[in-house]
Amino acid sequence: MTVISSQKNTEALTLTFVAEFDSPVESVWQVWANPRKLERWWGPPTYPATFDEHDLTVSARSRYYMTGPDGGKSHGWWQITAVEPPHRLEFDEGFADEHGEPSTSMPNSHFVVTLEAAGSGTRMTTVANFATADDLEKLVGMGMQEGMRLAMGQIDGVLSSTTV
Amino acid sequence: MVVSQLSDDEVDRVFHGLADATRRDIVVQVLRQEQSISALARRYDMSFAAVQKHVAVLERASLVVKERRGREQLVHGNPDVLHEAGRLLEAYEQIWRHRVRAIEDILSEDREKGKKK
Repeated sequence: MTVISSQKNTEALTLTFVAEFDSPVESVWQVWANPRKLERWWGPPTYPATFDEHDLTVSARSRYYMTGPDGGKSHGWWQITAVEPPHRLEFDEGFADEHGEPSTSMPNSHFVVTLEAAGSGTRMTTVANFATADDLEKLVGMGMQEGMRLAMGQIDGVLSSTTV
Repeated sequence: MVVSQLSDDEVDRVFHGLADATRRDIVVQVLRQEQSISALARRYDMSFAAVQKHVAVLERASLVVKERRGREQLVHGNPDVLHEAGRLLEAYEQIWRHRVRAIEDILSEDREKGKKK
């Protein structure tokens, strides 16, 4: 059973997400470290991710793209800023142009991932901190395509309860 | 799909407004209760002019509204705009819920493979 809690900080534009998995820390680390595993979950269902380059060492840059329902590609990058396998990973994330080159020098978000043993399983805490709401909006926009809406069945509720 | 009711420029102003710790605190304070600029200046041990500058940044982002009442300039919060930021984070949270389910699928596959060995 995956136990989830999350905490949003609107002022600081941060989302802290905690999940527990029934697998050892080393296995959960692999879903971040192994690009073939990572690309199976990083992109939303209608925007599957493909990682061309991915290496969890400090200052290494990952290159990936997500393919949308219309075949269009959205490119992105990670830059690893701290790594302590299999317990801690920090990276900046940003958008890239069609050649995979960063489209702005500034990252759009910073992630801190920690994995710790919890009984026989693993607790994963992900803190995502966004630079601007515009960046967040782009990511959310991609995640809210039809497939996501059907899969989650919750987005409509979120929207209807918050329409200004 | 258009997610936000704010334009890109407006969104940038909102997050520039919220990028400073003092300004974030001003927003929190004036959302709770409207405050005069002089009261805010006392709170932060800052000059009236410095606080006025912060308030002007927040005002441009529509995060706060300034109102002159008698000799005082009162500042109050604009919850609608903050609400927008909250809504985006909520939508992002849904992405993470989905991601965690996808990770769980991968891990349970791995566990099955482990059993077969």
